[in-house]
Amino acid sequence: MNEYNFAYLDEQTKRMIRRAILKGLAIPGYQVPFASREMPMPYGWGTGGVQVSAATLTPKDTLKVIDQGADDTTNAISIRKFFQKTANVEVTEVTKDATVIQTRHRIPETDLSDEQILVYQVPIPEPLRFLEPSEPETRKMHALEEYGLMHVKLYEDISKHGAIATSYAYPVKVEGRYVMDPSPIPKFDNPKMEMSAIQLFGAGREQRIYALPPYTKVVSLDFEDYPFEASKAEHSCELCGSHDSYLDEVIVDDTGGRIFVCSDTDYCSSQQQIIKEAV
Amino acid sequence: MMTDCPLLDVRSVTKMYGRRIGCSSVSFDLWPGEVMGIVGESGSGKSTLLNCLAGHIEVDQGQVFFDTRSEGMKDTLLMSEPERRMLSRTDWAFVHQHARDGLRMSVSAGGNVGERLMAVGARHYGNIRNEAIDWLGRVEIHHSRIDDRPTAFSGGMQQRLQIARNLVTGPRLVFMDEPTGGLDVSVQARLLDLLRSLVREMGLSAIIVTHDLAVVRLLADRLMVMKDGYVVESGLTDQVLDDPQHAYTQLLVSSVLQV
Repeated sequence: MNEYNFAYLDEQTKRMIRRAILKGLAIPGYQVPFASREMPMPYGWGTGGVQVSAATLTPKDTLKVIDQGADDTTNAISIRKFFQKTANVEVTEVTKDATVIQTRHRIPETDLSDEQILVYQVPIPEPLRFLEPSEPETRKMHALEEYGLMHVKLYEDISKHGAIATSYAYPVKVEGRYVMDPSPIPKFDNPKMEMSAIQLFGAGREQRIYALPPYTKVVSLDFEDYPFEASKAEHSCELCGSHDSYLDEVIVDDTGGRIFVCSDTDYCSSQQQIIKEAV
Repeated sequence: MMTDCPLLDVRSVTKMYGRRIGCSSVSFDLWPGEVMGIVGESGSGKSTLLNCLAGHIEVDQGQVFFDTRSEGMKDTLLMSEPERRMLSRTDWAFVHQHARDGLRMSVSAGGNVGERLMAVGARHYGNIRNEAIDWLGRVEIHHSRIDDRPTAFSGGMQQRLQIARNLVTGPRLVFMDEPTGGLDVSVQARLLDLLRSLVREMGLSAIIVTHDLAVVRLLADRLMVMKDGYVVESGLTDQVLDDPQHAYTQLLVSSVLQV
């Protein structure tokens, strides 16, 4: 059975997307416009990430899809099924077994290797957007490296909340040049972006692709007297006991009961496995 | 401070809108610490001229030399865009008629004042904030309002905030487009008073476009009168206003209501 071309998109479209990806890799952090296609899913569900994954996948790849760290949520399952059906590739939930990982809003806890590609789903690729509504103006600001405005946002945070309250989509500067929106990953994940895997970012509705080659320098913006802090909840995981993974707060009953659990389900279950084997 | 070259040297600046004249062969010098007023009726080309000088719109002909800190006299129209934009957030300032055009309405007063500092590389929150508090004080805005948004300010306060935001990097040349337009008279008077003292204190040079003769009488050392895109008369402010030579200037001066 295969009524679909490999990975849904036609070959010319994949070529077009690959060209954008290569350009993005050549200019780390620069938003490359591309002719985003309509995908059989609504905007906001990862149409950009899906197109980048489709252009990246080969028949030999093993795909993992996560949504907020979890492998078993609607978005992750539907995208995984989509590629199983249209590309017939192997899928996995184990981070280290995957060659292509599409993610929504998290970086896996397990370190990635230079054999892997991490594809992000990006809702709004322009870090300056909420401060400067004009697209010609933001492009000019990127071109001329006028990034003072980004600090105005952080200034506002401190003046309002006493600390930099931006906790996700925390702006970064790439290789000392482009300011980039890391997609809405928690700022806890920001330091992990200097990694050995290739990182690709796809924004379908906004028609932009950008990329980080392996070992690219990624610096989170901050003030001298209010330095960047990769924060997480001051708890350990209820299920696996991990102290250093990013935690989700889960409400468990109607009386205010709550627990903290790893947002990375694969990491959490592997930690639980290790504990079980040790007992 | 005596210098032998002007701060700004404008040579036959011309701007056409299709076949219509925006402004035509305007030339003048502006010396350090000098305030130049440009008056004329609506549509006389005074705002066009100001926008040409500030690099907001493209000029068809002419040169605008500015005495840059590093390289001396340089034609700003031939500068690269990054260079000109750098100039416009360090040595230049532009005060818009409507404070909304010059302010970020969704950013607090402190953020508004701090923006230019951050744009030129300030990265210490405490210092930026202290500077903002200092500047709010200088434009008579109480420091307790530092975290309020400009939307919560009155028209006069917004205009003063815009001035603080512009002057915080210590510019040498300020372009003002009807800075008192749309304010009631008592607020206007206070703003003029403030502007006058800031100009004197900081030794600013300024070019003020207005249709209000009282404003130039108070602020400007020299005056240019524009009509239909041409400068019809220029000279010392008092001289032009007290002894107008050109028919249009005479009309303008005689049109002012005497209370």
